[in-house]
Amino acid sequence: MPEFKRPHALADVTTHYCPGCTHGIVHRLVSEVIDEMGIEGDTIGICPVGCSVMAYDYFECDMMEAAHGRAPAVATGVKRANPDKFVFTYQGDGDLAAIGTAEIVHAATRGENITVIFINNTTYGMTGGQMAPTTLPGQVTQTTPYGRNPDVEGFPVRVCEMLSQLSGVALAERVTVIDPKNIAIAKKAIRKGFEFQKNKQGFSIIEVLSTCPTNWGKTPIEALQRVRDEMIPYYPLGVYKEGAVR
Amino acid sequence: MAEKKLMKGNEALAEAALRAGCKCFFGYPITPQTEISAYLSKRMPKVGGTFLQAESEVAAINMVYGCAGSGIRCMTSSSSPGISLKTEGISYIAGSDLPCVIINVQRGGPGLGGIQPSQADYWQVTHALGHGDFHALVFAPASVQEMVDTVTKAFDMADEFRMPAVILADGLLGQMMEPVAFDDAEIKMSDASNKPWAASGHKNARKHNIINSLYLQPDQLEDKVTARFKRYEKIKAERSEAVSDYCEDADIVVVAYGSTARLAKSAVESARKEGLKVGIIRPVTLWPFPVKQIQAAAENAKKLLVVEMSMGQMVDDVKLAINCSKPVEFYGRTGGVIPKPAEILAKIREMGGKD
Amino acid sequence: MTNQILLAGFGGQGILFMGKLLAYFGLYEDKEVSWLPSYGPEMRGGTCNCSVCIGDEPIGSPLVDEPDILIVMNTPSYDKFIGSVVKGGIALIDSSLIEEKCDRDDIKCFYVPATTLANEQGMKGMANMILLGKLLKEADITSPETVKKAMEKVIPPKRANLIEANLKAIELGMSL
Repeated sequence: MPEFKRPHALADVTTHYCPGCTHGIVHRLVSEVIDEMGIEGDTIGICPVGCSVMAYDYFECDMMEAAHGRAPAVATGVKRANPDKFVFTYQGDGDLAAIGTAEIVHAATRGENITVIFINNTTYGMTGGQMAPTTLPGQVTQTTPYGRNPDVEGFPVRVCEMLSQLSGVALAERVTVIDPKNIAIAKKAIRKGFEFQKNKQGFSIIEVLSTCPTNWGKTPIEALQRVRDEMIPYYPLGVYKEGAVR
Repeated sequence: MAEKKLMKGNEALAEAALRAGCKCFFGYPITPQTEISAYLSKRMPKVGGTFLQAESEVAAINMVYGCAGSGIRCMTSSSSPGISLKTEGISYIAGSDLPCVIINVQRGGPGLGGIQPSQADYWQVTHALGHGDFHALVFAPASVQEMVDTVTKAFDMADEFRMPAVILADGLLGQMMEPVAFDDAEIKMSDASNKPWAASGHKNARKHNIINSLYLQPDQLEDKVTARFKRYEKIKAERSEAVSDYCEDADIVVVAYGSTARLAKSAVESARKEGLKVGIIRPVTLWPFPVKQIQAAAENAKKLLVVEMSMGQMVDDVKLAINCSKPVEFYGRTGGVIPKPAEILAKIREMGGKD
Repeated sequence: MTNQILLAGFGGQGILFMGKLLAYFGLYEDKEVSWLPSYGPEMRGGTCNCSVCIGDEPIGSPLVDEPDILIVMNTPSYDKFIGSVVKGGIALIDSSLIEEKCDRDDIKCFYVPATTLANEQGMKGMANMILLGKLLKEADITSPETVKKAMEKVIPPKRANLIEANLKAIELGMSL
């Protein structure tokens, strides 16, 4: 039985994340994969603007902070200069699917050998719970006080479905971390992403359906339940694309 | 030095970048600088470098941020409207103390403007190349050979002071061909070996490096910016450059930079032939601005004349440089119209170079 | 002394190529030179022009708006530039494409049916070289050795077969 301890790649610090937020779990999964592959010294992580803006303090590998939405472009710059290093971005839904749509689509279609961890919690957490590109129809946020109305605000973006259409994508998989079984699946997906990168086989994105109890106005338990009841039906879990591009 | 050959300013600059060890270039097509991308797309793969056409100007500058953050020499180039898009990334680069080189082959503005030569981005490049308190090094070459020589200097100084460097050209310099020579040294791509701050993988040999411009505590951010401005003071004191001619006995001193300085110099030489006591000083660095050199050149002058391809932007800095102690007049054309030496000469005559 | 040369015509007539050759003539004669093309959308099928300066002093403005030598290969360029030639300057006019005759008596005009000649002599597309040959005859620009050296420089090795043909067209121009 292996001992349960903090992965080396996960910094021994207190994070600023809210109680019940699943960022911590995802950070841990990424760190475990880095440890297991023994690649911490060769990995550069790129943080977004959003709740995980300070993730550069939470990982022990070299880190860069990107401008809002630009992490895939920053990662491209790092990777092209250092093709033998591991590069991952860690981005939220506002960052990746609104202001950074062009960057993620083009990094994906170029088949950049990077791994993207995409946190979808249907809201802008850091700025206090505004409508995100992934906010569900009817969902109340600070900027959709009457609920998101598709006639006015349009429809949510399904990122994995969209990116899976692009030839450069080796892996597009949607997972969640709301229970141990799903956490195990999520970790496997993240590992797959890094393995595709290791073998220079193309772009990988792992979308993680996540919670935001604070901005959803729910307890941590209720938040997990919302992922199950409302998010998974709209954003079905599973592999949307898998297979080496190169 | 090898044999001289004719090269377009844009292409010569691109070749010079390779020879300065620029390993990666990230660009986006825009007239009148596209030859830089086209040239490097051909050359980079042959010398072990990377050329990548980005999806946008914004993406290109952020690729530069990532590449520079990993300690590798890199460059992007654009023209005025594209530089506006890049300013976000440039601010992050400056705020993260990263070295890189950015080319602006200026065209007329505002908005989509035109594609003919212009110097209307002076204010932007020297005073507001993005949000926040920061500066970039700004070089203003005036010939194709000087474009070449400036590239190495720009990379070296960017590395030395860990800040972005801009080469401010214009459509005239970018598109024209003049004889150039390169030194024969073998091309050697840069690596991160002399950049201990780079985020290029710590190899389990050091604590992790973080490339970042976020400081949520005001006093921390203030300390960071203040330290950067201390470096700026050193650069201002030691690194400004200007070239002056005929200024010792000049009643009128003309101030012009880049391609406009060539036009103005033709006018000054014609004026001298007419017996007018006129000199010219050309700022080579626009930031740091050559304040002392302009003060020295203007010491015996009665008046100054600033000539620009704009409605008058650098003229403000010239007035500040001499503390408005003498009249400073302005002549300029804008929108892509190139001022003729004859027009500048007429302005000099009007100012009364002869007593 | 600086020669201010303006070359103008349609895109595809080899205006820029002719300019590049002239610039290399200057370079190989140890002169200061500059070459500046018109650029932008006007290149696409429209008029094309090129400024070349060759002189003993560093070139100030590379933009030629008052040429002492003008070569024109279409009517729009003739109309636009013939009035800008400085007094005492020379103009070479492809008379197979330009019907007008110049009434200025303060410049020297040479009417060369270059395009027709090129077609008749099996030199299609080399009207520019015929005009350049005529210029070399009428103005003291460079030596035949330099012309050959420049031609070998400007034409890429994979098109070396064009060197002789172009030199022949220049010779034809010089014989007119």
